[in-house]
Amino acid sequence: MAIFGMGLTMAAVFIGFGLLIGTLFGFFGMGGSFLVTPALLVMGYPSTVAVGSGLAFVFGTSVIGALRHRDHGQVDYKLAGIMTVAMTLGIEGGKSVVFFLEATGMADLIINVAYVGLLAGVGLLTLRDAWSDSGDDTSSDLADRVQAIRIPPMVTLRGGVRVSAAIIFAVGLAIGVLSGFLGVGGGFLLMPAMMYGLGVPAAIAVGTDILQITISGAFGAFTYAQSGAVALPVVGFLLLGSALGARIGAGVTKLVDEDEIKGYFAAMLLAGSIAVASNKLGNVYGIELLNTVSTVLIFGAALLVSSAVVIAAVCRLRGDRPGHGVNSLHRRCAQYCVRHTTTFESVSR
Amino acid sequence: MFGLELISGSVQAIATVGLVFAEAITLYVGYGALSSTLGQVIIDAVGGD
Repeated sequence: MAIFGMGLTMAAVFIGFGLLIGTLFGFFGMGGSFLVTPALLVMGYPSTVAVGSGLAFVFGTSVIGALRHRDHGQVDYKLAGIMTVAMTLGIEGGKSVVFFLEATGMADLIINVAYVGLLAGVGLLTLRDAWSDSGDDTSSDLADRVQAIRIPPMVTLRGGVRVSAAIIFAVGLAIGVLSGFLGVGGGFLLMPAMMYGLGVPAAIAVGTDILQITISGAFGAFTYAQSGAVALPVVGFLLLGSALGARIGAGVTKLVDEDEIKGYFAAMLLAGSIAVASNKLGNVYGIELLNTVSTVLIFGAALLVSSAVVIAAVCRLRGDRPGHGVNSLHRRCAQYCVRHTTTFESVSR
Repeated sequence: MFGLELISGSVQAIATVGLVFAEAITLYVGYGALSSTLGQVIIDAVGGD
């Protein structure tokens, strides 16, 4: 039996995969095309269809994620508007840098090294911040210094943050240049830039990030759809799962501590940087094992992190309700929570 | 698929993006109704109440 030209088993695989990605996307505001495109490539879809379908899927999921975060009051429209305009201009600048580097024959090497370095760098910075008191001080010091720059017009963002619109524009422009240069959506750069650079609370940074991804995802999907490079049945089934996942992920941001969000985000970025480095080395030296390691690392990290996020939320729900009956899930949860809390507390002290 | 092969270029692209958008909104509303009906029951069940 086939639905829209796809077998039931494959449809179930795509719905399950969508659920996993949607949870991560709703929680972090990133991870859509980062996971879908490689998965479609592994399944044998042509690269243009993999990228086009990935972008269409990211657009659909981010529409749902943005609406969900809006319901929670976690979207700042002023911030998203300025960032979108600045990033669009910056992406054009980044593309020009790529064309210049292609002419010198150094584009692949420089882009790959920059991509791995940025993923790892942002991941380590976020991990340091999540695990140490001094990290918090450093990031709030930076945000305080940025907020102290009084270049008009000043704008007040959600969470009581007051910052210069010119500074927001400059940050968006810089991220846009990097996005155009690396050929990525920029979500993994935008969220830490808003948190550490501007001092926006993590939940609002995620919500605003998703709104910006919705706009860029729509444009990207439109571009690829012009040449018919979007596999609609694939996108449709992925969305069926991710719509539920995005709802779960966005809801969990209300339950899990800000430091925990940062910790999981850092784990995803570090796993991503190792996976990309492994993939590139595998391609350069023709070692198939490294490509397999890369694929396993991406999907393993996605599965582990999304499971950890959901377990942390379940722990919080159960922790908020003392006095209920003890069962095996509760015991496992309690053990996980004790380990988790002890790790964070022992490191931060 | 979905009759989109009969049209081309920008119209096809707008139709594709529109279909994805329509599905996203439908799912958002559908899952929203589902979660408002069953959400608290599930949260209570997970929470152990």
